This record gives sequence, structure tokens and C-alpha cells, in this order.
Amino acid sequence: MNLANMNWLTLSMLLPLLGTAALAFIPKGNVLLTKQIALATTVLVAVVGILMTINFDFNTPGFQFVESRPWIPAFGINYALGVDGIALVLILMSVLLTPIVVIAGWNESEGGRWSAKTFYSLILVLETMMIGVFASTDVFLFYVFFEAMLVPVYFLIGGFGSGERAAAAVKFLLYSLFGGLLMLASIVGIFVMSTRYGNRTFDITTLAGLHTVITPMMENVLFLGFFIAFAIKAPLWPMHTWLPDAAKSATPGTSVLLLGVLDKVGTFGMIRYCLTLFPEASKTFTPLIITLAVISILYGAFLAIGAKDIKRLIAYTSISHFGFITMGIFAMTTQGLSGATLYMFNHGFSTAALFLVAGFMILRRKSSTISDFGGLQRVTPIMAWSFFIAGLSSLALPGLSSFVSEFLVLVGTFTRYPVAAVIATFGIVLAALYILIPVQRALHGPTTPGNENLPDLTLREKVAIAPVIAIIVALGFYPSPLLNIINPAATTVISQQGFTDPAPTNSEGK
Amino acid sequence: MVTNSGLVYLIALPLFGAVSLLLLGRRADKWGHLLATALSAGSFAVGLFQLSQMLGRDVESRPVTQKLFTWISVGSFNVDASLLLDQLSISFVLLITGVGTLIHIYSISYMAHDPDRRRFFAYLNLFIAAMLLLVLGDSYLNLYVGWEGVGLASYLLIGFWNQKAAYATASKKAFVMNRIGDMGLSFAIMIAFASLGTVSFSGVKEKAEFASEATMTALGIMLLIAAVGKSAQFPLQAWLGDAMAGPTPVSALIHAATMVTAGVYLIVRSNFVFDAAPNAQLLVAIIGAITLIFGALIGTAKDDIKKALAASTMSQIGYMILGAGLGPAGYAYAIMHLITHGFFKAGMFLGAGSVMHGMNDEVNMRKYGALRKFMPITFVTFGLGYLAIIGVPPFAGFYSKDMLIETALNAGGVKGILLGGTALLGAGITAFYMTRVMILTFTSPKRWDDNQRPHESPALMWIPMAILAVGSVISGYLLHQGKAFKHWLEPLFAKPGEHSELLPPIVVSGLALTMVAIGVAIAVVKYQLSEVDSVAPENVTEFTHFARRDLLQDEINEALFMRPGQAITSALVKIDQSVIDGAVRGIGQMAIGSGSSLRKSQTGFVRSYAALILVGAAALIAAIWVVTQ
Amino acid sequence: MDINNYLYLSAILFTIGAVGVVVRRNAIVVFMCIELMLNAANLSLVTFSRINGTLDGQVVAFFTMVVAACEVVVGLAIIVTIYRSRRSASIDDASLLKR
Repeated sequence: MNLANMNWLTLSMLLPLLGTAALAFIPKGNVLLTKQIALATTVLVAVVGILMTINFDFNTPGFQFVESRPWIPAFGINYALGVDGIALVLILMSVLLTPIVVIAGWNESEGGRWSAKTFYSLILVLETMMIGVFASTDVFLFYVFFEAMLVPVYFLIGGFGSGERAAAAVKFLLYSLFGGLLMLASIVGIFVMSTRYGNRTFDITTLAGLHTVITPMMENVLFLGFFIAFAIKAPLWPMHTWLPDAAKSATPGTSVLLLGVLDKVGTFGMIRYCLTLFPEASKTFTPLIITLAVISILYGAFLAIGAKDIKRLIAYTSISHFGFITMGIFAMTTQGLSGATLYMFNHGFSTAALFLVAGFMILRRKSSTISDFGGLQRVTPIMAWSFFIAGLSSLALPGLSSFVSEFLVLVGTFTRYPVAAVIATFGIVLAALYILIPVQRALHGPTTPGNENLPDLTLREKVAIAPVIAIIVALGFYPSPLLNIINPAATTVISQQGFTDPAPTNSEGK
Repeated sequence: MVTNSGLVYLIALPLFGAVSLLLLGRRADKWGHLLATALSAGSFAVGLFQLSQMLGRDVESRPVTQKLFTWISVGSFNVDASLLLDQLSISFVLLITGVGTLIHIYSISYMAHDPDRRRFFAYLNLFIAAMLLLVLGDSYLNLYVGWEGVGLASYLLIGFWNQKAAYATASKKAFVMNRIGDMGLSFAIMIAFASLGTVSFSGVKEKAEFASEATMTALGIMLLIAAVGKSAQFPLQAWLGDAMAGPTPVSALIHAATMVTAGVYLIVRSNFVFDAAPNAQLLVAIIGAITLIFGALIGTAKDDIKKALAASTMSQIGYMILGAGLGPAGYAYAIMHLITHGFFKAGMFLGAGSVMHGMNDEVNMRKYGALRKFMPITFVTFGLGYLAIIGVPPFAGFYSKDMLIETALNAGGVKGILLGGTALLGAGITAFYMTRVMILTFTSPKRWDDNQRPHESPALMWIPMAILAVGSVISGYLLHQGKAFKHWLEPLFAKPGEHSELLPPIVVSGLALTMVAIGVAIAVVKYQLSEVDSVAPENVTEFTHFARRDLLQDEINEALFMRPGQAITSALVKIDQSVIDGAVRGIGQMAIGSGSSLRKSQTGFVRSYAALILVGAAALIAAIWVVTQ
Repeated sequence: MDINNYLYLSAILFTIGAVGVVVRRNAIVVFMCIELMLNAANLSLVTFSRINGTLDGQVVAFFTMVVAACEVVVGLAIIVTIYRSRRSASIDDASLLKR
């Protein structure tokens, strides 16, 4: 069997669906078996993901593991899959995070509106869609996954969350649908344009030439349809207000998938669709987008500092981080783009660590208000350390993974947009504040009455959190494996844009 | 350049200690401190071995490097994780591991009764590893890792007893203010990459001659900001006093001997940048001069022995920064003062820890007095450090400080006179406040309560103090003998320009000693020969009030940054809720509102619906009729 | 006789029916008025069928009659039920649907 030519992508998308089908045959009362099957499936998918990464040839740019079958020939729509380095690392992140979420949230399905079976079926279906959305090379197929992903998440938030879960779920759904509709309009536009100027197709590689024939006005309009959808998803200021509500109401595991994976679809889409399909329009809107990104960085940081609820705090830090990612993407330098892609991967894990540990804390204290904690370091040292390390990663301490990506983004932006990079760098001081303030309130100081007997992490929780922290530390010291996968793809995207990295301004002669 | 595969062990040993002690947890409680101390000593031994190797080579081939692996490589941005050991870094390596090991030994006894002693030693080892990475990194980005690593270790150690809310706040303050400095270092790296295309020391040095002066000035100022944050220089000095919340050995190691001097290292390491940017260099000297007076003035009013010493540290680092700002003539002396200061200040901090140990952790010097009789060894070691810091010949501080003052005076013109004069004035104030500490603690009449039982500390504590005291006595003489240290570092720096001597060296020494004598005399009159209250008197001059409140540094920071920051935060929280989310909810409200107003037309009366249908149909027919006509 | 007269009659019958539906409250009367409108439509259909010489209109008329029969069955059942529960055949009393 030739491993490099296997249909890895279809296989990895099929496995979770098979798992879901298996769940359907399990009696409703057998919760443990349900969980075991879900876990086994996600672990299997993770293994497939790792094997796929190993078989990925990172010396060749362009799409690999390509598959294409006609789906709706009348409209030129294909079931077309393929990954470049950027998509691959995001798929890898998704399939690694899902089993961790299942382990960490072993009891999350309790207290939900529906049974554990529904919960894990939703997670597995979501995993299929997460892979599909990153692997699609057909714009229409991408759109289908992009919108269909909302359904399981809607039910996960609305059915299994806490607090005002129904309202948060509806808010999330409406926001996303609004963006999705704009994108749909743009996709119809693409279809019309591609029909008018040649063969009707949704193939991303063919469509990359479309911008040379359509009018700049049309390009701008189509670009905006995509960009607004992605900016809502990412989320970029000022389209961010759904995120804190959704993150607060969702279960920690759902929040991890929501912030760690789903939001990445927004920034991934910016690279794959906005930059590739509409390079001229991207250039036109870059100043605006960079401005929004810088605002997001500082705004998210300030709101995180002011947050009283630990889940909302993490959501706001993510808004700040997504500002960095967006800024790196539109800086149009290889450092910026590689850094942004690496940032997506790293953010997935550092946010996962934060959310999972926050979830453990909330589970014990039955409250998510930061001031209800206090002195946890003496009571539950392992939990406190996990939170602290996750926090350090979030504030991009050198030696932890986020630093490499954040610094690449800043350096890459600085070579082209120095002012934006300088303002964004102030975010690192704010990051110190928004992490150390909750660390001080929750972990340090005298132990708050009522917290003296909180239990430390259980073995299952340690098993969930340990690989996340290991990845955070390992990639901080040795990011090369991922950078080697990302770099060729990033270089390709940048050169497709007609950009080259700015040369050092002072390197030779006065 | 020569490669050497042994450099990594310098860092690997303490790093292994930190990681294993933290991971093993309580299982390592019994022997953790021993392992940590042994690993620190091992690192010192590797350092000595490297020194002997280095001495065996001729001057050109003394620097050695070791490439560990490719760290970050994207496009033209390539940074290897590699280490560089040259004459400058070996000096630091020996200081860090040497003083560090002594402080490890001291802490075994000092922290013996703390249930978390293992954790303390893990942090100490973490600090040593990070600090070694800082001085061994061969590029600004590698240095940055160590730079923030020591910040983290400092945060953890200041907040070691973070169950006390004030200590937790102090550690957070230190980290955040350090981060402001770190931002400067980030900018410096970005500027270096964007304009020179490299971030390694050798690369920047090579390209420095091609770069415009504006670029180099910007680079220099950013490096200065970094140094200011890490070394507690004006205007980012406010965290150092609060950092005394940490256990005293930490204050000795991190906040006196090593970490806070990293700024000096950075500037001296970047000598090629500052030599190409005279304005940035002048700014360095000015910042140093301001801080040396600022710290000294705070030192005159502090009653907390550790805070008095912290103010003194700030001031002494001011001297070093001043020296580093004097260009090639001053670099070597800045580092020399750094090393002698490492000995005497660490010794004095350990002495202060010893006093606290014997006095039930009392830190207020007004509750001390007459401890000479009860703690003779501490008195002697502290006293030797005291003689060194005020610059009495032939103790260490005399040589290093004297050379700094002399170099400052010879810097030429008004600049030289102002900087040199400031340094001289600082020497006088230093003599005053250090004599005050000495008198209040050891020689004035006793002012402590009767339930205190002052006693000498155990051998494990006083032996490190004694070794450091010996260093305080002889290190200056040894380093200055035949200008040995200057010649040792010289190959790394550009040749200093010729300067005419403003005053002959002997006159400068005379002036400095006169200032010292005046300072000592005032302190003796004020504290030895007159009664000292055991509570701080309130009827003092306005200036003393200011100095007690650290010359209002916290008030200024709060007014300028903290409160506006809090105001912005709470304003943005409100805006996010009301304006942005309000707009979103407004759209939802609009949909609901329009629905409920349209709903009113649905009366439920079948006949009105029928009438409406009739009217509608008629209207439709009429419309069709009109159109088709 | 002018064939248009059938159409006039149909229009008059339809108008009477429509006015009756709008102005009368008694459910039975309203119901009968609806029947009147339906049959007015039937008359038109048959007339047009005659004018055009095709059978389409007559076929539709039969459809209408069948539908009307069904409607009578369902409608009368509803009216009787409402009368039973409310002791009233006034359609203005049955305005609860708006809630």
C-alpha cells in the first residue's frame, strides 16, 4: 500500500462518522460505553492525522493528498480535497485537540438537555466537519462545511452549556449565519463570474486566476463577502461580541473546540480564500484590516483585564490573539504569514490548556467568577501550576510555544508596517496584566474560605492536560518541525500575491 | 570561531535541577536542596574549566561558540539556538554560578524551616539556568529567552510567599514593569532585523558600520529601555523596593548581584551599537547619573534594612550604567564594578538575612542596635562589605568606583564635569546612608524588645558570608592589578579615543575620599552620637517624607499609568456592553419591535381579514387593469 | 340573449356574497354567502366555457362543486362545534386566534 497516495483526508473524515453510526446502536443507558467509543474514535482519528503528517512531503509546495470526485456536475461542484502545509497543521491541531477534549470533559454531557449519546455524536460529527473545512479545495464544499459546522456547535452550546445557554447559542448562530449569508452571496458571485469568463468551476486553484479578468469593483465586493464572514468567525473587532457569551455558556470542552478550532476557520479562510482569490482587493483593504487587527489586540487585552468571569477573560484574550494572527496574515511577509499559521496552532493548545484548567476549577468551585477562587496554589498545586503554565503561554513567555509565533508575527509586520507592529507590541505588557491578575486573584493570596478542601486534579484530568502542556513547552524550544511544514506553503502564498519580503534597509552602504 | 561542545552543560545542569525538582514534587523534599546546590556548583566547575581553557588560548581565539539546533527559520529570519562564551560572558558565568552556589549553600540553612524549601531551590536553579542563557546567548533573540526567563524566576521568587497578598502584588508589579523593558528589547530586535537583516551579536556588529546613525540611535534607545526595566533604572525603578518581599537570599542573588545587572551586560554587549550612536550613549550616561542619585537619596530615608540595601543597589547599578554610557573607556570599569558589587552587595544582603534570622524576621533598623556583640561574624562580614561599597581603599569598591568617577570626569567638557560631579556626590551620599545602616544595626544602643533573642547564624550561613566578604576585600585589588581586567575585556571593544585628563588620578581619589569622609561624618554625628528613636519620627523635613515614599515613584506611576489604565479598562468594558454589543442587541430588538407592531394588524376578526382580502383583490385587479390599459 | 348577461349576473352574485361575508356576523349566513361567491365563480366558468367553446371551464366548475361540498362538511362541523362551546354563532366572538 502506498501511504503517500492513500485517501488520508477522506479516511479521517469518515472515521468519526463511523463512530457516530456505532453510537447509534448503543443502548441509551450505557453512558460509559458511549464515552469509550467516542474516545477510541477520536484517538484513532488523531493517529491517522499524525500518520498523514508524517507522510506529508514538506519539500513540495502546493496541495497534497489530493482527491476529486464530481458532486454536482451541473454547477461544476466537486468533492475535492487536498492540503498544503497551512491546512495540514490546522487539521493536525483539530484531531489532536478532539480526544483531549473528550478526556478532559468526560462528564460534560451530564446536566445537558439530551443524552450522552447525542453529546458525543455531535462532537464526532463536528470533528468530521472540522477536517472537511480545512481540507476542501472546492469553494462550494468549503461553504457547506463552514455552515454545517454551526449546527453541532449550536446544539452543543444550547443543549449542554450552562447559564443562559439558549440565548448564547442563538446569538452565536445568528452572527455566524449573517456572515455565512454574505459569503454565500459572494460564492454565487464567483459562480456567475467564472461562468461568464470561461468554465464554471469552484476549484480553488482555477479560481485563483479569476481576479485577472473581473473588474476591481467586483473583486472588492466579492472579497468583502468572504472577509466579513471570516472576520465574524475569527472574531475581529467590532464583530466579536458573540464570542464571550458563547464561551461563557458553552462547556469547557466545547469552548476549546469553538475557540481553538472553529475560530481558526476564520483566519484560515482569510489566507486560503481572501488572499488567494482576491489579491488585489486584499491589498486595497490591508490598511483597514491591519487597523482592525491592532484595535482587536489592544481592545481584547483591555477587556480581558477588566473581565470578572474567568471564561469571558479567556475569550477576550483570544480576541487579542486573533488580532495578532490577522495582523500577521495581512502583513504579507513570510515571517508574518508563517508566524500567523504557527500562532493558530499554538493558540489552539494554549487556549485549550487555559479553558480546560479553568473548567476543572469551575467544576470544583461551582463558580466561574475569578474572585471566588483564591489561594489555590496551596490547596491544589498541580491544578494551579497547569493554569500558570497555560497562562504563561498565553502571555507569550519565551521558551513556550506562543512566543515564537507572536514574535514572528511582530517581526514580519514590523518590516512592512512598523507603526502597527509597534502599537501591537504594547499588547505584550497588557498580556502580562491580563494573565497575572487572574493568577494572583485565583492562585495566590490567602485561601478563600470554602476553598480549603478542593481536590487537586484527578488522574484523568492530568492525562488530558499533560500532552497539551508538553506540546506547549516542546514547540517553544523546537518549533522547526511545524515551521518546516508551514514555510513552503507560506512562501507560495506570499509569492502568489506578488510580494517579496522587504530587504533590510541598512544592510549595505550608507 | 572555535566551537566547543561543553558550553551547554553550563545551562543544562541547573535546568535539569529545576525541572526535576518541580516534576518530582514532594518526593524530592528530603534531598532537593542538596541536588540543586550540587548542580549549581557543578555549573561553576564547568565555568572554571572553561576559564582555564580560555586562558590557555591566545587573545584572538578566546571566544568559543556552540550551535545547539536551528531554533526559528522563516524566510530570511534565521535564529539558531547557539551559545557564545567570550571574555565578557565568562566573567558573568563565574559571578552567577559562584555567587549563586554560595547563596544556595546559605539558603539550605536559611530556608530550613520552610515547608516549600524544595520549590525554592527549584526556582533558584531555574534562575541560574535562565541567567546563564541570558549571558551565553549569541543573538538578541537567545538573550531575550534568558531575559524573560530571569524575569519569570524573579516573579516566582519574589512571590515565593505569595499567600500574603502584598507579596503577590509585588511579584506581579516586578513582572509587569520588567515587561515594559522587555518591550524595548522586542523593538530593538525588530529594528535590528528590519534594518540590518540579522539579530545575532556578530551580525549586528558587522553591519553596524553600514547603518545610518538614526537606525543605531533608535536601536540603542530601545536597548536602553530594556536595560532600564531589568536593572531598575530611572524611570522604571519602582519595582525593586517591592521586590524585597522575596526571601533574603533571593534579594542577594537576583536583586543585587546578578539579574538586575543584566541591563549593564546588555549595554556593554551592545557596545558596537552605542559606539555608533553617540546620542543614545549620552542618554545611557544620563540615565545612570540620574538613577545613582535617585537611589542614593531613597537610601538615606529607608528604615527597612532590605529596602535601604535595595535603594543602594539601584544607585550602584546607576554607576555601572553611567560607566557603560561613557563608551569604550568605561565598559571594562562598568563590568568591574558589577563584579565587585556582586561580592559586597550579595555579602551585605546575606548579612541582612542573617540579622533578620537572629531577630525574628524584624526588618526595621530602628528596632535593631548593638547587634555587634550578639552577631560578631555577621558584623565583621557586613562591615567589610560596607567598607567596600563606600569605597575605602584598599577594599574592592574603591578601585572600581574610583575608576568610574575618573572616567566620567575625563569624558570631556561640561558633560564630564556634570557626570563626574554627580558620581562624586553619589559617593558622598552612599557613604552617608551605608554608615547609617551600619550604625543603626550594629553599633548604636539596643532598641529591640526584651523578647528578642539575637543570636549568630549557623556556619552554613556565615561561611558564604565570609567568602563573599573576602571577595569584597580583595576582588578590586586583584582585578585592578596592572589593569588586568581592563586588558582582559579590551579585545571585545573598540579602541577608546584619547582624552585629556581633567584632574590627575590622585586628586580624583582624594576628592572621592573627602566626599566619603563627609558622608560618614554626618551619619556618625546624626545617628551614633545622638539618640535614635525606635519609631520613625514624624517631625522631619519635607524631603525625608518624600524619600520615605520613594520620591513619590509609586504615586507618579499610579497617576500616570495605573489609574488611566484602569479608567480605560472600565470604560471599554462599559462600551463593549453598551455600544458594540448594544448595537447587536439593538438589531435584534428592532426585529422584535417591528414584528410586534405589525402583529397589531392581526385582530383575529375573520370579517376584517375577509374585507382586507377583498380590498386587496380589488386593488390588484385595478392595478392590472390600469397597467394593461 | 346576450351571453354577457350571465357574466353580469355572476358579478352581481359575487358582490352580494362578498358584501355578505364582510357585513354579516352570523356564521351560517357568512357561510351561505361564501357558497354564493363560489357559485358565482362557477357561473362565470361555465359562461366562459361556452364563449370559448371548450370544456375546460365546465370541468373546473365540477371541481369547484366538489371542493365546495367538502368545505361545507368541514365548515358546518366547525360552526356547530363553536356554537356548542360558546352558545353563539357570531363569528366576531371567535377572535381568539390572534393570541
